[in-house]
Amino acid sequence: MPVTYLDAIREAQAKALAEDDRVFIYGQDVAEFGGAFKATKGLADRFPGRVVNSPISEDAIVGAAIGAAIEGMRPIVEMQFADFSSLAFNQIVNQSATHFWRTGVPCPITIRLPSGGTEGSGPFHSQSVESIYAHYPGLIVLTPATVEDAYSMLLEAIRIDDPVIFCEHKFLYYHLKADALPAVSLPVGKARIARFGRHATIVAYSAMVHEALRAAREMAEEGWEIEVVDLRSAKPIDTDTILASVARTGRLLCVGESFPWGGLTAEVISRVVGEGFHLLDAPPKRLNSKDTPIPYHPNLWRVHRPTWQAIAAATRNLLRL
Amino acid sequence: MSQSLPQSTLEAAGSPPAGTDRSVEAYRWMVLARVFEDKIAALYRAGKIVGGVYLGRGQEAFSASLGMQLDRARGDVFCGLIRDQAGRMAFGEPLIDSARTYLGSAEGPMRGRDGNIHRGRPSKGMPAMISHLGAMIPVVNGMLMALRHRKAQGVAGGVTIGDGGTSTGAFHEALNQAAVEKLPLVLAVANNQYAYSTPVSEQFACDDLADRAAGYGVRGYSIDGTDLDACLSAFTEAIARARAGEGPQMVVGKLLRLAGHGEHDDARYIPESKRSEPHGGDCLALARAKILAEGRAGAEAVAEIEKSAQERVEEAVARAQSEPAPNPYRESWHALATKHLSEGTTEV
Ligand SMILES: Cc1ncc(C[n+]2csc(CCOP(=O)(O)OP(=O)(O)O)c2C)c(N)n1
Ligand SMILES: [Mg+2]
Repeated sequence: MPVTYLDAIREAQAKALAEDDRVFIYGQDVAEFGGAFKATKGLADRFPGRVVNSPISEDAIVGAAIGAAIEGMRPIVEMQFADFSSLAFNQIVNQSATHFWRTGVPCPITIRLPSGGTEGSGPFHSQSVESIYAHYPGLIVLTPATVEDAYSMLLEAIRIDDPVIFCEHKFLYYHLKADALPAVSLPVGKARIARFGRHATIVAYSAMVHEALRAAREMAEEGWEIEVVDLRSAKPIDTDTILASVARTGRLLCVGESFPWGGLTAEVISRVVGEGFHLLDAPPKRLNSKDTPIPYHPNLWRVHRPTWQAIAAATRNLLRL
Repeated sequence: MSQSLPQSTLEAAGSPPAGTDRSVEAYRWMVLARVFEDKIAALYRAGKIVGGVYLGRGQEAFSASLGMQLDRARGDVFCGLIRDQAGRMAFGEPLIDSARTYLGSAEGPMRGRDGNIHRGRPSKGMPAMISHLGAMIPVVNGMLMALRHRKAQGVAGGVTIGDGGTSTGAFHEALNQAAVEKLPLVLAVANNQYAYSTPVSEQFACDDLADRAAGYGVRGYSIDGTDLDACLSAFTEAIARARAGEGPQMVVGKLLRLAGHGEHDDARYIPESKRSEPHGGDCLALARAKILAEGRAGAEAVAEIEKSAQERVEEAVARAQSEPAPNPYRESWHALATKHLSEGTTEV
C-alpha cells in the first residue's frame, strides 16, 4: 500500500499519541470529522478525548496550547489553513517564541500549517508563511518536501522541546506517494541532496523541491547536471550542506514559493555570499512568487508561482553568467 | 473591454411592480439566489469552477431580508459572507458580478484575482470579504465611522457572520467597538447550527447567541431564520433603530445549513432528523407556501418569478462563460496603488 504525504502526517500523529500520553491534538473540525484535509481522520476514535475540536478562535487555540505545554503537555495544533495562523500570530511569536528565553521553561508545541498554493485557492488559502515565523528567535520552522520527511520530521517536531512551526504543503497531500514509512531518517536541521549535479545548485524546499527536480530532469536532456538541495528545515538552515554543494557547482539558484521580499531564499543567498563568496562563479540568484497577493484564477496563479519551467529558465540564465 | 450587456442582466434590482408585497419582493431575491447557486453547484460538479463553492441554501430569507431593506441610495453599506448570495443581490450586487467571479471572467469585479464568493464593490457599499472570519465586522464599523464623519444622516451598515464566526476575537472586538462608538451597525448572525463539521454545542455555551448582545450593550433579537416574515420584521426594526441612533443591533436567526459546508462536503455529520426539527425547514419552500396560501401573489405570479430567475441566471452564466479569462501576460503585477513604489520583484 503506497503512503501519501497526508497519510504520513496522520500516521506520525497516531504514533505520537500512542507513545506519549502528553500528546493531544487541538483545532477546528479535527475530532470525528478528521480535519478539513483529513489529516486527523480516525484519530479521535483511536484516542478518545485526545483529539479535540476547538471553536473558531485561533488566538485562543494557540494560547491554550502554550498553557498546556508549559504545564507539561505536548500539544499539536492544526490550523485549518496556514493563512489563518495570522490570527494566532501574537501567541506564536510573542508568547511561545519568547517563553523559554524569558523563563527557562520550554514551550513544546507543534503548530501544523497546511500551506502553499493549489489551483483556485486564491489569496487566503494559499499562503506560505515560513519566512515570517523563521524571522522570530525562539521558533523552529520545518518545510518537509517528501512523504518520509513529513513523517519523521513531524514525529521529531513533537518531541522537540521548543515551539515548532510545521509547514506541510497542501499540494503534496494527495499527490505525493512513497512505498512505506521510513524506519530511519535525517534529523531536523539537516538538508538533503535530492539530486546530484555539477553545473549549478538549486536550493529549494517544500513543494518547490519537486518543481526544481523536474527542471533538473528536463535540463539533463540538454546536458546540464543540476544539483538540487532540499532544505527540509527553514530554521535552522543547514548552511554547511548548501556551501558544500556550491563548492561543487559554483552556481546557486534559490527557489521559494513565498513572496519575493526578504525571506528564506534571501537568507540562504546572504549566507552563501557571506561565507562562500569565493566558491561562486556567478552571482547567486533567487526565484520566488511575484510580489502580489496569490491570485485565484489558474491562469494567473501559474505565472505567479515558480514552476519548473520558470526554474529551468532561471537556471539557464544562471549558467550563461 | 466590457461589452454592453442587456439591461436585465446589468440591473441590480429590477424594481418590483408598485404595491408588491415585500415578502413577494424578498421571495424574488431568494429564488434568484437559489436558482443561481444551484446552477453554480452544477457547474462545479461538472468541473467548470475551480476553488470552493459555498451555498446559502436555507439562509436566503434571513440574508435577503437584511440586504433588501438596506438602501445604497441613502449611503447604506452591506457586507455579506459566504452564504449571502440572496442578501448581496437584494442590496444591489448585479447578478453578472457573481457569475463572472465564479467563472473567472476577466470582466468581473475581481478580474480573476480573487474568485467565487470573495467579491465586492467597495465603492458601491459592498466591501469584498476576506476569508478570515470576523474580519469584516470592524471594516463595516469603519465605513460607518467615515459616513458619520461625512455627516451622512440616518445610514445603516449590515454585516453577516455565522455561528462559528462569533468565536473569533474580531467578532468580540468589533461588536464592542461598534457599541462604544454607537454605530448604526446591524449584525446578522446566521446560526445554521454548524461551523463546517462542528456543531454549536462545541462552539459556544450560552443558550442563545442573542443573549450575548446585552453584555456588549447592544440590542439583541432572536428569530426563526426560516420564517421570511419574522426575518423581514426583525430587520425592519433593527435597521430603523440603527438609523435612529440607538447603536448596534444584533439579529440572530436560527436556521439550518441545507448544504455541505462547501460543495466538496457531503455533510454526513448532519443527521437527517435535523431537517424536521424546529428551524430545520427550507425558508424558500415555506415562504412560497405562505405567499400562495395567503394570496400575497397568485400562482401565476409566483411561477413567473421562478421562470424569470431561470432565464436571468442562464443569461448571466452564458455571458460570463463567453468572456475571456484573465491573461497573465497582460496582467499588471503590482499590488500597490502607488505604482512607482511597487517593486514587483520575482527574480533577483
Ligand atoms: C479565522 C478563520 N478560521 C478558520 C476559517 C476556516 N473556515 C471557513 S468557514 C468555517 C466555518 C464557518 O462556520 P460559521 O461561522 O458557522 O459559518 P457557516 O459556514 O456555517 O455559514 C471555517 C472554520 C476561516 N475562514 N477563518
Ligand atoms: Mg454555521
